[in-house]
Amino acid sequence: MFLISCPYCGERDQSEFVSGGEAHIARPKQPTELNDDQWAEYLFMRKNIKGIQFERWNHVHGCRKWFNVARDTSNDKIEKIYKMGEQPPKI
Amino acid sequence: MSKNLRINNKHFVDETRKLSFTFNGKKLYGYKGDTLASALLSNDIHLVGRSFKYHRPRGIMTSGSEEPNAILQIGNDDALTEPNVRATEIELYDGLICNSQNCWPSVKFDIGGINNFLSPLLPAGFYYKTFMWPASFWEKYEFFIRKSAGLGKSPTKQDPDMYDHRYLHCDILIVGGGVSGLMAAQIASDDNKKVLLLEDKELLGGSLIYDDSDISKIDNQKSSEWLKKLIDNIKKNKNITIKTRTSLAAYHNYNFLLARQNLTDHLSVNDRNNKIRQRLYKIRAKKVIISTGAIERPQVFHNNDRPGIMLASAVKKYIDYYGVRCGLENIIFTNNDSAYETALSLHKSGTKLNAIIDIRDNSSSEIVKQVKNLGIQIYWNHTVVDTKGYKRINKVTIMKLNDKGNDVIGKKIDLNCDCLAISGGWTPMVHLFTQSGGKLRFDNKDNIFVPDKTNLDQLSIGSAKGDFELDDVLKNSIKDTKKFLNIENSNFDKIDVKCSKEKEKKNIWLLPSDRPLSKTKPFLDYQNDSTAKDIKLALREGFKSIEHVKRYTTTGMGTDQGKLANMHALGIVADTTNTNMGDLGTTTFRPPYTPLTFGTIVGRNVGQFFDIFRKTPMHEWHVDNNAKFENVGQWKRAWYYPKDGETMHDAVQRESKAARESSGILDASTLGKIDIQGTDANEFLNRVYTNAWSKLQIGKCRYGLMLNEDGMVYDDGVTTRLGENHYLMTTTTGGAANVMSKLEDYLQTEWPELDVFLTSVTDHYATASVCGPNAKKIINKIFKDLDLSDESFPHMSFKEVKLGEINCRVMRISFTGELSYEINVEASYGKYIWEKCIEAGKEFNITPYGTETMHLLRAEKGFIIVGQDTDGTMTPVDLQMDWIISKKKYDFIGKRSLYRSDTVREDRKQLVGLLTDDPNEILEEGAQIVKDENKKPVDMLGHVTSSYFSPTLKKSIALAVLKEGKQLKGQKLLVPMIDKTIKVTVSDTIFLDKENERING
Ligand SMILES: [Zn+2]
Repeated sequence: MFLISCPYCGERDQSEFVSGGEAHIARPKQPTELNDDQWAEYLFMRKNIKGIQFERWNHVHGCRKWFNVARDTSNDKIEKIYKMGEQPPKI
Repeated sequence: MSKNLRINNKHFVDETRKLSFTFNGKKLYGYKGDTLASALLSNDIHLVGRSFKYHRPRGIMTSGSEEPNAILQIGNDDALTEPNVRATEIELYDGLICNSQNCWPSVKFDIGGINNFLSPLLPAGFYYKTFMWPASFWEKYEFFIRKSAGLGKSPTKQDPDMYDHRYLHCDILIVGGGVSGLMAAQIASDDNKKVLLLEDKELLGGSLIYDDSDISKIDNQKSSEWLKKLIDNIKKNKNITIKTRTSLAAYHNYNFLLARQNLTDHLSVNDRNNKIRQRLYKIRAKKVIISTGAIERPQVFHNNDRPGIMLASAVKKYIDYYGVRCGLENIIFTNNDSAYETALSLHKSGTKLNAIIDIRDNSSSEIVKQVKNLGIQIYWNHTVVDTKGYKRINKVTIMKLNDKGNDVIGKKIDLNCDCLAISGGWTPMVHLFTQSGGKLRFDNKDNIFVPDKTNLDQLSIGSAKGDFELDDVLKNSIKDTKKFLNIENSNFDKIDVKCSKEKEKKNIWLLPSDRPLSKTKPFLDYQNDSTAKDIKLALREGFKSIEHVKRYTTTGMGTDQGKLANMHALGIVADTTNTNMGDLGTTTFRPPYTPLTFGTIVGRNVGQFFDIFRKTPMHEWHVDNNAKFENVGQWKRAWYYPKDGETMHDAVQRESKAARESSGILDASTLGKIDIQGTDANEFLNRVYTNAWSKLQIGKCRYGLMLNEDGMVYDDGVTTRLGENHYLMTTTTGGAANVMSKLEDYLQTEWPELDVFLTSVTDHYATASVCGPNAKKIINKIFKDLDLSDESFPHMSFKEVKLGEINCRVMRISFTGELSYEINVEASYGKYIWEKCIEAGKEFNITPYGTETMHLLRAEKGFIIVGQDTDGTMTPVDLQMDWIISKKKYDFIGKRSLYRSDTVREDRKQLVGLLTDDPNEILEEGAQIVKDENKKPVDMLGHVTSSYFSPTLKKSIALAVLKEGKQLKGQKLLVPMIDKTIKVTVSDTIFLDKENERING
């Protein structure tokens, strides 16, 4: 069970949060312009790396805000937490 | 008692409090302070069980949680009996009843003991081999294996005990109240840290507290005396919270730990009433110090498992702590100095020690010198090659080791004994460290794995870290704790420690014998009966990874997780394959460290507290009116209201007839409700629903279908425009929370530029839905001033109206196909408005109906239920709902996916209606639909999703998803059931009122 520091509420138990998977995958602005492969790339393809991964998390049982987390998937260490819209940190 | 096994004047046992207990039907006595094991030993009982596979007699071997043999069934009550309890851990209480497990008909005469002589037929992997080849082999042996395997008996009745959960937070958690943990606690508290100290035993102090030797001294005092003073100080210390009888079960990431405290297991059964039995602590610690100590290893030689063969440290503890002799004719067999402490304890207590056998050439330490001076015979450079005595050891045979230590030479010497104390060195308890993700390092000097790298803020000290001698334990614990806590000085800095130092070391994982290995039984894992032979066989058969060897031989897979066996198994694999043990790695230790009861894991979350349940404001009325309830998510929804012994079918037929012929009323409060406000609310709805929302006027309602980005139907519901920038969205009951999350997600992450605010108001409003041809008359009786004409208040529109002081939102919307009004009021008025409707509807036979009738009524109209008729693979096109997909909108969630190559396939499963050829035959939901039963394999074309008997149509109707269903209207198909095959015809999904005339009453 991690401790996650919500940028709006502070440190809370993992059970208050849900993970939204890989971050920084923007919804295409003009989906109709994309062919099937390009759309599938957005819809299905995720990196699922071992190491530092940028993820979206939601404080669902708290302030309901979404934010980004840089987490090392090999040991669950959270390197950085930053708000939606901010650029991923260089790690 | 014929033998004098109890030594008087041990202050850890209260001899003024005699306790009676029953073992295998025999009444025996012990004292307060005894464990069940020490009480049994004081009655000269070693033999307590039979081994798992060979049913060999087994005795108490240890004095702690590593005990592999003394595993008993406690209690004989159907609800309270507990299997697999270690006699070495359970404290004796008055009236304790215990029985041996895994033996039939009795521990002294066990039919399964014949397995011992059949053992050549039960080699490593025996069970796996019977699974694999030949198949008939397994069928033959299954009964035999199932009967002879398995340890204790589970209780057959519900557990009446109370269990509890509690959260604890601390600066420093210290696991283990031995000397190193106690010193760390003192140092941390002197630094003003909030300390939590856990100890699994009843008393603090570890093994040093009962150490009676004169060799080790701390600050010129007997070490146990020094420790007592430290404990007294710690008990008075307000910074330190002490939890005894508390064992750490699991060490998770981020220093989150679970510990179990026994609160009543040591009390007599009568004293446990209304007390919490066990408590699970969920601990968040800023820092963790592991001081769990070490466990002694056995030695691996032929017949090393007889009752009376015990760990040397256990023999010492039974004498020094419990005042119990384990035998009157003792022999020690060791490879290290620590067993000489047992020799001194035996001597001091006046217990006969016949000889010491030591595989080393000599030892020049202080303690061995003392033992030599006592004139005790020591056989240096010797090993045990055999033991005798079926139910209790009576003889050991020893031989001299050759120079290499890989064979025995000379002639055999027989020595008599009734207790053989063995010591193969010590293994640090690194289980918790590895559970937490820590990596181990192999120490070649002591042949141990010690903690190395960790990502967590934790420290291992004392023998858990690999320090075994008192001066190392104390000085390194002080030094490491100070560094860990970033402290300059401590009150222990000038501590003076004297102790014996071991200089000569020797370790042989598998001791040589005069017989070939195949003719010996050198046990590694006593509980699972795996021997060194099995390990070698596994290696010969090609298993290389230690994890595979473990599973194939079942070494370390018992309830003790191989606490005694693992190191020898690794050592033998390393020796056999010429590998360095450090390169081999260890098997994984998984939580819990010691077994937990289910009660502890579940805590208070049993019965009605198992899950939260949500009740509507009208719930009491439903209860008073005999409703049966169904669970929908966490909601309790009225399912149907049986009258005068009606079956569910009867009740549903009556309810749905009433709704169609006069009027019905449904509690719709559970539907998800989301209040949407903001200048971009309309644009937002356009993006999340498939249909167009731009032209929806204030005061009007519209049905919407929501997709996932993959084009599959996610939720549906009616949204009402309450004002210029104000909407009320309804969702399915089960989908409410998920829809809310999904909408928030898009707003916050994809479209933060939209001015939209979402508020969940599901619990804030109660909804009564009145439907049927007489609905208008009933509503008119309640809201006398409301104009209900179709011109003023048409279908799919909304009015705000007051009933006295109560604000009511009335929507004219229908999920049944009937004229229908939904009255929404603030939740606290829910029951009031419901009763108002019932009262007004009395003359029209208003009939409350539940979810089952609602499902039937909507199925007659072909309205889908998301999650019942859809399963996350259905697009709106599959549902034949093409009409709801806006062609004009450039984009909405899921739009692009509706013309992916897969979603435009013609042969997808599509929603259809089904009519049975026999109108009285009701299909089963989930039943498969086929065309040809005889062509093998049978093609599954789809399945029934909803099925009912319609009292209005007087026939059975069903919805189904069917491959290429749209093309198959009129086609005859089959629904094969277990006892018959039902003939069906594919039909339209709308069965009743295709022209939608009933909607206007
Ligand atoms: Zn928050």
